[in-house]
Amino acid sequence: MAIFDVFLLEALINGVLLGGVLALLSLGLNLVFGVIDVVWICYAELIMFGMYGMYFLYTVYHWPILVAAAACIAGVGALGVLLHVLVIAPLLGAAPINQLLATGGVLFFLQSAATVLFSIEFRNLGLRLPVLKLAGMFISYSRLLAFAAALIGMVLVFLFLSRTYTGAAIRAIAQDRQIMVLMGVDTRRIYLITSALGGGLAGLAACLLVLQYDVHPFVGLSFGPITFLICVLGGLGNFGGGFVAAFVFAELISLGGLYLDLEWGYVFAFVFFIVMMFVRPEGLMARRS
Amino acid sequence: MTRYLGWIAGAGLVALPFVYHQPYHLHLLVVILIWSFAYTSWSVMGRFGLVSLGHGGFMGIGAYVTALAWNHGGLTPWIGIPIALVAGGVLALLVAYPCFRFRITGHYFALVTLALSGIVLQVITATRDHTGGSLGYTPTRYQGGSSLYAMQFTGKTTWYLIALGVWAVGLYVWYRVDRSMMRYALEAISEDEDGAAAAGVHVTAEKLKITVLSAVMTALAGALYCQYQMFISPDTVSGISISLQMVFAVVVGGIYVSLGPTVGAIITILLAEVLRISFGTRAVGWDNLVYGVLLVLFIVFLPKGIVGSLLAAARPRKSVRAVAGT
Repeated sequence: MAIFDVFLLEALINGVLLGGVLALLSLGLNLVFGVIDVVWICYAELIMFGMYGMYFLYTVYHWPILVAAAACIAGVGALGVLLHVLVIAPLLGAAPINQLLATGGVLFFLQSAATVLFSIEFRNLGLRLPVLKLAGMFISYSRLLAFAAALIGMVLVFLFLSRTYTGAAIRAIAQDRQIMVLMGVDTRRIYLITSALGGGLAGLAACLLVLQYDVHPFVGLSFGPITFLICVLGGLGNFGGGFVAAFVFAELISLGGLYLDLEWGYVFAFVFFIVMMFVRPEGLMARRS
Repeated sequence: MTRYLGWIAGAGLVALPFVYHQPYHLHLLVVILIWSFAYTSWSVMGRFGLVSLGHGGFMGIGAYVTALAWNHGGLTPWIGIPIALVAGGVLALLVAYPCFRFRITGHYFALVTLALSGIVLQVITATRDHTGGSLGYTPTRYQGGSSLYAMQFTGKTTWYLIALGVWAVGLYVWYRVDRSMMRYALEAISEDEDGAAAAGVHVTAEKLKITVLSAVMTALAGALYCQYQMFISPDTVSGISISLQMVFAVVVGGIYVSLGPTVGAIITILLAEVLRISFGTRAVGWDNLVYGVLLVLFIVFLPKGIVGSLLAAARPRKSVRAVAGT
């Protein structure tokens, strides 16, 4: 088949690799939404801070890269807890839209805090990973690494949720907020753990993204919206749906970018999102209840 | 006395540019009035719990359709702006009808409209051969000066009066909606859609009407902004940050009161200007830093906004006086 050329295959593979990272991005957001019932609009800005953390620890202070990554994951996890304690906790009883807007305020705050602290220059790690050449295709190691790390991260979270006592409590809260309190689950503690976990996943995503992209204060805007759309498309709080949606989106972007410009890839993904919202408002993988 | 207060204030605003000529201050006033109108347009639907993050998209459509019609189609803005308004309205219909039909509400509605403003931003950037992409776009000057035909004016006074008129129309629309049956229908819907439907409210139609109205007004704000500034770029008239900026200003000023969005615009624009003038380039980022903190504080402590809270604080005293008067 003439259409199935090497470029198409390369775009498809890159789509899958991008999908892994997007799935990791949406996992943290989904977790927070599923358990606390709050959308962190500023999620991508947490990732941006993680990327700056990697840049400063690794490139400026010359920490070993794995130590720097661990510090970043812990740091962004702490940011997640801080966000919950300072902004979300006082608003838990308020209208959902107020919580959304308050995290929108945090988005402004984090973006401009980064502008003030780090200035608007583009920075990168200065670390060039080799490019894998395979049957005439070019696949970057950083993408492969990101994909693999994303998969491992997701499996770990899955194991945590399904095999530990705390994980079971988190899943139970996600299913029924009112009853679990009566059953003696300490929601405040669960919310803090979830926020830390959500932040930690953002930190992991940051470590992987900084390998491929330059970091600047507005970098969050380039992948923040797409992360929300993936979560909504998969059904907010539905981990499996988010996983599938991430790959669908990544392929749309990758193929759109192959045939037209990258922006058209985003346009296709957004249009697909809106159409799917009308066809399946409960999300791609919704079970009819 | 209070009945005439509005008219006196209005007359004062109309007379202002004839006694006061400082161009920079007039420029600030024009910008404040245009954004006040945009924020008022958002609050027309936002006050009923229909939180749209897609208004950046409508504003972008208004600005770019007008400018493209002038540069490429040779159409005067007198025709271009109506086309832009229709385009904004049609886009709102296309997205909102299925949303309301399939009962996408709350944060799902906010996120679908977020996708809409993302689409508009990306389309403008992607069609860079026609729109200039992220470098921005300038409507061609018509014979280098002021012209009614091209709706281009060099004088600040003219623009001030236009912006003032449009802003007043925006307030009038807000007032009419406030006094209409539609308001009661929409308030019922925002409380309980099923209950409202059972009471005989056509939920989808009512929500559509207010959304299209709000979108058309926002497109007009975009077109005005384009004609006044003579320069538009995807980031200044469209996209998610503009949408969030609208929500922010309205929340600070007050969603449920007519002058809330205006007060929000005054505060946000003056804050940015004061920071810019007193700190120069060092101020880059500080304005949004303050906005962000304010937005969070307002939502946590003052969800009615400045004007709303002031009115709420003033109301008990007023009612006591009314009782004492009788």
